[in-house]
Amino acid sequence: MAEPDPILRMIGISKEFPGVKALTGVDFRLLPGEVHALMGENGAGKSTLIKVLTGVYDVDAGRIELAGAPIAFTGPLEAQRAGISTVYQELNLCANLSVAENIFIGREPRRFGRIRWGETRRRAAELLARLDLDLDVSAPLSSYSPAVQQMVAIARAVDISASVLILDEPTSSLDAGEVAQLFRVMRRLKEEGIAILFVSHFLDQVYEIADRMTILRNGRLVGEHLTAELSQVELVGKMIGNELADLERLDEKPKDLARTGDVIIEARELGRAGAVQPFTLSIHQGEVVGLAGLLGSGRTEIARLLFGADHAGAGEVVIDGTPVSLRTPRAATARGIAFCPENRRTEGLIADLTVRENIVLALAAARGWARPIPRRRQDELVEKYIGALRINPPNPEQLVRNLSGGNQQKVLLARWLIVEPRLLILDEPTRGIDVGAKAEIQRLVVSLSDGGMAVLFISAELEEVLRLSHRVGVLRDRHLVAQLPNDDDLTVDVLMETIASGARP
Amino acid sequence: MISLGVLSPNRPIPRKYLPVLVTGGLFLAMFVAGGIRYEGFASGQVVLNVFIDNAFLLVVAVGMTFVILTGGIDLSVGAVVALATMISASLVTDGGWPPTLVIPLVLAVGAVLGLAMGCVIHYFDIQPFIVTLAGMFLARGLCYTIGTDSISITDSTYTGLAQARIDLPGGAFVSPSVLVAVVVILAGAYVLHYTRLGRNVYATGGNEQSALLMGLPVARTKIAVYTISGFCSALGGVLLSFYMLSGYGLHAVGMELDAIAAVVIGGTLLTGGYGYLLGTVLGVLVLGLIQTIISFEGTLSSWWTKIFIGLLLFAFILLQRLGAARRT
Repeated sequence: MAEPDPILRMIGISKEFPGVKALTGVDFRLLPGEVHALMGENGAGKSTLIKVLTGVYDVDAGRIELAGAPIAFTGPLEAQRAGISTVYQELNLCANLSVAENIFIGREPRRFGRIRWGETRRRAAELLARLDLDLDVSAPLSSYSPAVQQMVAIARAVDISASVLILDEPTSSLDAGEVAQLFRVMRRLKEEGIAILFVSHFLDQVYEIADRMTILRNGRLVGEHLTAELSQVELVGKMIGNELADLERLDEKPKDLARTGDVIIEARELGRAGAVQPFTLSIHQGEVVGLAGLLGSGRTEIARLLFGADHAGAGEVVIDGTPVSLRTPRAATARGIAFCPENRRTEGLIADLTVRENIVLALAAARGWARPIPRRRQDELVEKYIGALRINPPNPEQLVRNLSGGNQQKVLLARWLIVEPRLLILDEPTRGIDVGAKAEIQRLVVSLSDGGMAVLFISAELEEVLRLSHRVGVLRDRHLVAQLPNDDDLTVDVLMETIASGARP
Repeated sequence: MISLGVLSPNRPIPRKYLPVLVTGGLFLAMFVAGGIRYEGFASGQVVLNVFIDNAFLLVVAVGMTFVILTGGIDLSVGAVVALATMISASLVTDGGWPPTLVIPLVLAVGAVLGLAMGCVIHYFDIQPFIVTLAGMFLARGLCYTIGTDSISITDSTYTGLAQARIDLPGGAFVSPSVLVAVVVILAGAYVLHYTRLGRNVYATGGNEQSALLMGLPVARTKIAVYTISGFCSALGGVLLSFYMLSGYGLHAVGMELDAIAAVVIGGTLLTGGYGYLLGTVLGVLVLGLIQTIISFEGTLSSWWTKIFIGLLLFAFILLQRLGAARRT
């Protein structure tokens, strides 16, 4: 079968940021009626390529053609008008407006300049019905879950009569049912002849939906392949180069189960109304305790209570046998507890500071303003952790905002490792980052616990929790329902059953 | 069809109207309490007098609501009001210009000042607080280049409008300024709820980055709200010159703070995106009614007005905080 002409063609695209070569001579093409996956590690240049395409960034070199005609958009609005719509990784909707308005804002049906609200709501409801969604279109968007908000964003993009639809990590906040629903919608759009550019870190999803994929590494094109002709192992190899062995080396459970180090921290009937039911949990020195449960089951809430970010309504925390009051994160930090929050952009990193400044932040805070860290000592420390965590680019003076998601996560980790905590709480440290960086962070957790650090590891990926933890706490509906030793009997299936039923079968 | 009904919000009363309802309830409660305590208080004319005495503040607060809905702030409004009275008075009294020429000119000056501040705020990406602070000093200073003393207005159009009464059924009356204020409020509410500009104001205040990525004209919207605020301030100044029959550089000192207080008491979030013009109107009425009650009380110093406004502001900011905590 002859290939149709590409609807979109990008030729020799280069883009440089201060200190970072984000894209170097990348070619890309998109055929009508296909789902095309853009693959690569964090920092490979996927987001930059999309932003160049939609006019958020200018290109330094290269050209873009849409349906054969050269284009150079000055912004997303122009790209949208030309038929290129994007749903970004971070939701770009206005939570204060209604569902219907989020779909139609800027394009509301009007008569003599007056917005016709009835018509707007009717059309929004029709459109959502086409996507099998039954929502109250006049309710504010903020009253719906992120997953539903994502669907609304896609509905908006779809309705802008797009010939090219870009979905940047659309599935990262959706559950399995919602992913299936999204894929149904994508297939329907594909049949309508729309070209879909799809970015996802979930390989299974890519293999389920994509017809073709383009792989980037370090801002360069690695290749374009039909999905059917490239195995997953080959794909991962192309994405991360020759580091494939790393992934496999980790594919074993932690061996020495009998961690009998001293109890570092113990929560006794600790709870907070509306957040998490009272729970009792102790963590030993050198032990990795995993927390498994669905989104919203209270995982993050436990972490925040142990770090003093929220006030406990009930119970007490005992550290080294003495009851302590963790009323603030500062008090927790002083007792050797460190917390890498889930939302690294808003709760962790300061995007306008450099890598060095972000890394020394916690240490500087712990020492106080009267005892600044000498610059030479800072440089040594930062150098050490950039090397140990393989932060890329390895430039301490780079602004954190210019780093990719995985590297930002590493910077955040480095900040807490530098203060040498006794208990490290990691909340979803591997979400939204690629396999390579994921493996590195997992390896790091193992080596930290070997070195005697206690780790509370929270992740939505059960395989990951199983691979790293000595013990797994299972949460269900804000209840810590079980604490299971990670022995040979504990499998993903058992965990899932526990999450579903609330007790070990 | 997959129903996401379980995810639907359960909303017995739309929570978005709650702040406006609270302010409206407060106004009613104050009115009833005043009516019980003071003789002759419980009449429609008392409320209408609040409108008459605060028509200029209402107009200024409408502009301020637009600005605050985008998440900005405009500190220059009081100074622009003063500048408007000063330009009007000097041109009419000293220059002998006809009011039909002076008023459009004054409105244009206000709008251009607002436009300029909006452009600086948007294109140089500077905090509205500091830009409008500069605008405030500039406008206040310009007043004194025109004259350091109060200039009284004796033009017959102005005195005629100052004394005019528009009779309403039942023996009540309002001033022409109140009609202007009502028209401005209705026009403002229409723009906010039935035009793209209005919806872009809400979107920009809700999440500026998102609005940009959704392809909305954020630049135009932000500049427009400061222009509207400048225009409303100038119109407020014109109404004030009807009310005071003079132009003076010390008119409307601190009015920007009254306007902000009214907007906040009316339930508009200072972070932008949430609020209604009706709330702002109720906010101005609450402020006006406090003054009325204190004048009825007779023995209290007028400074008690400030104390009550201060306490109210605290209460409403705390209320907003609680509302925001529940939303997240």
